[in-house]
Amino acid sequence: MLKQTEGSHAIAETIALCRPEVICAYPITPQTHIVEGLGEMVRDGHLKNCEFINVESEFAALSVAIGASAAGARAYTATASQGLLFMAEAVYNASGLGLPIVMTLGNRAIGAPINIWNDHSDAMSMCDAGWMQLFAETNQEACDLHIQAFRLAEELSMPVMVCVDGFVLTHAVERLDIPSQADVDAFLPPYEPVQVLDSAEPISIGAMVGPDAFTEVRFLQHYKQTLALRLLPEFAAEFKTRFGRDSGGLLRTYRAEDADMLVVAMGSINGTIKDTIDEMRADGYSIGLVTIVAFRPFPTAALRNLLAGRKNIVVIEKSFAVGMGGQLANNVDLALRNTPASPQVHSVIAGLGGRPITRASLHRVFRRAETQPWEGPHFLDLNEDIIGKELHHVRKVRRSGPTAENLLRRLGASQVAAG
Amino acid sequence: MFQVRIHGRGGQGVVTATELLSVAAFEEGSFAQAFPSFGSERTGAPVVAFCRIDTKEIRLREPILEPDALIVQDPTLFKVIDVFQGLRPQGYLLVNTNKSFEDLHIAAKIAGIPAGHARTVNATELALKHIGRPVPNAALLGAFAALSGVVQLKSVVSAIRQAFPGKVGEANVAAATAAYEVAATERVEA
Repeated sequence: MLKQTEGSHAIAETIALCRPEVICAYPITPQTHIVEGLGEMVRDGHLKNCEFINVESEFAALSVAIGASAAGARAYTATASQGLLFMAEAVYNASGLGLPIVMTLGNRAIGAPINIWNDHSDAMSMCDAGWMQLFAETNQEACDLHIQAFRLAEELSMPVMVCVDGFVLTHAVERLDIPSQADVDAFLPPYEPVQVLDSAEPISIGAMVGPDAFTEVRFLQHYKQTLALRLLPEFAAEFKTRFGRDSGGLLRTYRAEDADMLVVAMGSINGTIKDTIDEMRADGYSIGLVTIVAFRPFPTAALRNLLAGRKNIVVIEKSFAVGMGGQLANNVDLALRNTPASPQVHSVIAGLGGRPITRASLHRVFRRAETQPWEGPHFLDLNEDIIGKELHHVRKVRRSGPTAENLLRRLGASQVAAG
Repeated sequence: MFQVRIHGRGGQGVVTATELLSVAAFEEGSFAQAFPSFGSERTGAPVVAFCRIDTKEIRLREPILEPDALIVQDPTLFKVIDVFQGLRPQGYLLVNTNKSFEDLHIAAKIAGIPAGHARTVNATELALKHIGRPVPNAALLGAFAALSGVVQLKSVVSAIRQAFPGKVGEANVAAATAAYEVAATERVEA
């Protein structure tokens, strides 16, 4: 049913349609509205046969989900930022044990400095923890990906994170199509666990594994993710047949067929990029877009096929590995490893800690990639003035003070001067 | 695409106003996108929220930099921030105040706005009368429907009733309707 509603609320409604049996979560901005919505639906009886368990921390939230999933329940949780870090040990356990938990990540920056706004640092911090990671471009896709995520998780008995840009999506009110219970039931059959703690047929889950089999356990985890490379497009096709929408899959393209330059991006920034590409196409630029939906498993082969033979690839991402560069750019580079006549890859870091990404800035950086290419990461809209002053200060004064506070002071001073 | 930026202070229902406006546009078959400028919410702090309305799917996720309309819920904001930033040449301005543009010291800015596109309405007074609380957002949306014609009053009323069923909703509907009538009458006179 079409309705004008908040992204978080629509996600909560859709998760309810997936008939979770145990939900345990600890509130953290910007994920809070999702679990609040689910809590209300359990309390008022709208979501039946589901236990909502209040816990004292994110570590407990995922630990309860692990226990519930091992006992055969369809389990769900949600978190963001520092919350994901606090559950880190359990994140690895859920995937290592092969438990099909679905978790929403309301993507948010990681401190310090403390910052509640959107970027992809949290998802990147756990991208190699064995979970599959799907990134939503729109709130509609955020809803749709959760339905597909439960199906994928349970088919492979592996956990899935659905990454939804905090605030930009979670707090936006938009026109959304909430599917019917009958359609969701037809797409997502009841959970049939491959392993279950059952007192009638006792087994143990969580053995200590020594050097003789540890590599093989890891290999099979990886093997399952390679199966997801085939399953994700199949599920997306089946989803489209039933629900009539393109959602999910490994990646999507936009005006890419003949493009000399391809932009690669994940999440909600793709919408603004599409509008920018339309404007640049009107100006005669040969530019298109590849939207990555699945970051884990990474669609290496599909991406290589798309990128090989182009002139320029601009990877724009809301994440940054200090001392290395953009994580998405690094993964794109890997996809092009040993490719003859590999295109130029230009890495752009944008939107860190919630900085808005505007069409004006995208226009500039896409044009610059062609005319003045750069080495390493390019930071979009970097305030070079306050950086220069701070570096000068640090060189001159030993006890130069905390960086974040110094920059805020300089920013305040420059705004007063400009004001 | 029509873009609206609402300025106010924490506690005045700025975010709710953009959400109600987006629901009103949705009621009329439009695509709409409402979103706040995200910050640490504090009562009394300057707050900005945005609403885009279009006939096709809205993909853009940048803040509204060049609004077609500004709604200002608190006139003291003119002294604190550049409310007018980016306002388009044919743009609209609606201010909640009992003062004139001269008294607010923004007459020079108003001169750049087309005749009939800039209005004041004492939405706080209407809110106190009909709701009993100084929450001007619903009244301003009623006046905005009259000023801009971007949405109809009946859609605003429907959006308010969906968000606030019962007595609170009806009080807000009364405030919105009264403000609509004030703005519509003034528009005819002007």
